[in-house]
Amino acid sequence: MLDTLARVFPQVAPKAEFCSLRYQSEANEALAVRQGVLQPPRLSEDAGAMVTVADGGGVGYAATADVSAAGLRRAAARALDWARRSAGRTLPGLAPPARPAPSGAFSSPVSEPWESVPLAAKVDLLREACARLKRDERIVDWSAGLWHTRGQTCYLDTAGARVQQSFAMLVPDLRAVAHAGGETVSRSLGGHGMARQGGLEVLDAVGFARAPERVAAEAVELLLAAQCPTGTMDLVLAPDQMILQIHESIGHPLELDRILGDERNYAGTSFVTLDMFGTYRYGSELLDVTFDPDVPGQLASYGFDDDGEPARREYLIRQGLLVRPLGGRLSQQRAGIPGVANARASGWNRPPIDRMANLNLEPGDLSLDALVGGVERGVYMETNCSWSIDDSRNKFQFGCEFGRRIEDGRLGAVVKKCNYRGISAEFWRGLTGVGDRSTFQVLGTPFCGKGEPNQLVRVGHATPACRFTGVSVFGGA
Amino acid sequence: MDAMRDWFEALLREATTVLVGDEVLLMNASAEDSDFARFSQARVRQVGSVEQRELEVELVRGRRHAGACLTLTGAPGEDGPRVRRTVERLRERLGALPEDPYLLYNEQARADPGAASSERVAPARLPAAAEAVEAIQALAAGADLVGLYAAGRLARGFGNSLGQRNWYAARTFSFDWSLYHSADKAVKCDYAGATWEPEQLARRMDEARRKLAVLGRPAHKVPPGRYRVALAPAAVGELLRLLSWGGFGLKAQRTKQSPLLRLVEGAERLDPRVRLVEDTRAGTSPNFQEQGYLKPEAVALVDGGRAAGALVSPRSAREFGVETNGASAAEAPEALAMAPGDLPPEGLLERLGTGVWVGNLHYLNYSDLPACRTTGMTRFATFWVEGGEIRAPLSVMRFDETIYRVFGANLVGLTADSETLLSSDTYQRRSTGSVQAPGALVEDFAFTL
Repeated sequence: MLDTLARVFPQVAPKAEFCSLRYQSEANEALAVRQGVLQPPRLSEDAGAMVTVADGGGVGYAATADVSAAGLRRAAARALDWARRSAGRTLPGLAPPARPAPSGAFSSPVSEPWESVPLAAKVDLLREACARLKRDERIVDWSAGLWHTRGQTCYLDTAGARVQQSFAMLVPDLRAVAHAGGETVSRSLGGHGMARQGGLEVLDAVGFARAPERVAAEAVELLLAAQCPTGTMDLVLAPDQMILQIHESIGHPLELDRILGDERNYAGTSFVTLDMFGTYRYGSELLDVTFDPDVPGQLASYGFDDDGEPARREYLIRQGLLVRPLGGRLSQQRAGIPGVANARASGWNRPPIDRMANLNLEPGDLSLDALVGGVERGVYMETNCSWSIDDSRNKFQFGCEFGRRIEDGRLGAVVKKCNYRGISAEFWRGLTGVGDRSTFQVLGTPFCGKGEPNQLVRVGHATPACRFTGVSVFGGA
Repeated sequence: MDAMRDWFEALLREATTVLVGDEVLLMNASAEDSDFARFSQARVRQVGSVEQRELEVELVRGRRHAGACLTLTGAPGEDGPRVRRTVERLRERLGALPEDPYLLYNEQARADPGAASSERVAPARLPAAAEAVEAIQALAAGADLVGLYAAGRLARGFGNSLGQRNWYAARTFSFDWSLYHSADKAVKCDYAGATWEPEQLARRMDEARRKLAVLGRPAHKVPPGRYRVALAPAAVGELLRLLSWGGFGLKAQRTKQSPLLRLVEGAERLDPRVRLVEDTRAGTSPNFQEQGYLKPEAVALVDGGRAAGALVSPRSAREFGVETNGASAAEAPEALAMAPGDLPPEGLLERLGTGVWVGNLHYLNYSDLPACRTTGMTRFATFWVEGGEIRAPLSVMRFDETIYRVFGANLVGLTADSETLLSSDTYQRRSTGSVQAPGALVEDFAFTL
């Protein structure tokens, strides 16, 4: 596709200071079996392009699914018109900054392509997994699903950029709902957090084949469990809850467009301010957080962001000290501080904004036993099921599907309705233990919402289990 | 002529020509030409236009069916062959798919093609987008305005090879914005509809500027605890939107996953004054769904504080052996309306006396789903009130409270008027949804952080 667009681009780009063409396509197939019945299987194909023009102090875009020369020419004319009409009306610093023309390609690693297994065999696989979830009469709803995406992006601009990337992603899902005596509980395979780049080999990586019995057994176990205890205590979070904790209380507050105020009407602002970079103690010295687009198979790995900027690993927080925001080249220009290559768009019909991509918490040196062993009284929690945080990304409250008491350094009884709340600015300073590689998981979710107009993007989070002290923990009503 | 409709009709005709035997084709279209202008600090942050045409094609043969969603160009000459190829591809897939015991689609048109057809084309008066941008910036001069203006044509269509046609078209605008005082102190506003009236916008901007003045006072802090609160319609609307997430669908209820399960099963009840209706007639959404069923003008969901009904998609109708009432597959309300009460809205502050005026709520979720306990944050203009008068803005507070208390035992009353809150959601496409909500006065509302 890049070659085709590269031939057309010089013909459609208007006479202007700058013009870029971003093409994005996706093909999805979603399959799910619920209670033994195949749900309506869905294919989708989406492709289109956005032309952005900067001229005379204004910037505008136009997006179209008509990627013929005529269609792109119309879009370019519309974008140029917006650029001219917005001249003198825009925020300062929006002109695309000069840079060496990026060029290159990226491809998701795939060892077992989705298409290598026939449709009927994939349906059979899901039927079998679904059947294994129905282990008990108290399980009242159960399902198994796979959502595969194949995507491509191309980026060209009048400064000479030429980038092509192709992606393959898989989102596995297992879910069991148990009900008895007026109580309902749900258990899943990692919530929506098991998404990764790759083909069907992802199923092995996330333990899909051996999970149904565990998911079902834990659903029933939760039904019989006591409520999560209430009080201020130590908390050990498994990776499939840590990803939410990192996402909401580190990722979003470090987005530079939030700090600059662009998101204040919708997603919100940030308790982080520009003067805090380089001086602010975000967490304990155990906290190391990276923007890492290079992890093979992680959901938001890429070579270039959607402004064509080459992506590389950077520390955002090092030994607890805040060092760098999540801001693309335009936000960096506006803020006057370095960031990362994270200008991303949900599709061809939305303009790039600062987003998380792969945002990872680096592993430490404690096994899970050692993390738990350091707790006299506390709770261990797995798998996010509820999330809420204020618009400055400070006061949060999160809930987990599954928990176990920790008493005298040992995991104890299963508890349900696990909730905890805190304040971001204080919570990470209570980080007292970081799990080692044996607890580390590469996870990701396809659902991160932000932006006006709204955009849903995929984000990756890799993390070990972690231990926190002095956390307000509580159960259900 | 309506070019979007012509495009849809042309594709439907073309795809129908390649059907074989007893195959049936269902098609759903979603099309829009949108202008988006994003503002920050009363300046343009991003501005542009999007043309998109989406088509869902579903091929049915007996009890087997397969579907695909395509983004198309809008040019029938180019899109037609692609739709034909898609039908052929779906036919191949049918061979690998089992029969679906829960397949149900509207076949009324077999007997009478006009029986289930409908058309709703809303009149509109919108300015050119660039004019709207100029007007907004002129009114916002000197203020810190942040938000989004989204406007343009949009359409939704259903058609099948049996002859049924349903069409919904509108030209709408949504201006969703905030005026900021400092930090997180702001007044949230919206102005949306199909008729742009500059004086309306000016009036709302003036009102926001007046409220902004109060936000300049030093913020008041209260410790966690239970407070008497007045919830503005926008805050009630947020609670209703959360309930829409699984609360009213038959599948969620029958599989015991509805947050309102205890209400549905009679173990809990709300205040007898609470009435909730999926009010399609008063809403701004299409009155048809993906399998061609028409939505009734209204479906009572809660009446007299008790569960009164559910939203039933065709699939759930088949699964649970009941009649569909035209709900979409997600079985979520698209035009949920809470009936107003009898509190005079102008006297709400006085009735509040001492407590918290909550202008908006933010980022709601369930903290104990079976108990319908919800958590979320206050946001934007939320004030500490004493003696019926606003004293100071309140620093943001987290609440954690069950709906059974908010709209049940602790409900003092609902205001006598309600506001229509048009959805400003633009995930993938511009929403047509809406919520109607009155204000509410509630005792002992739990703030926890």
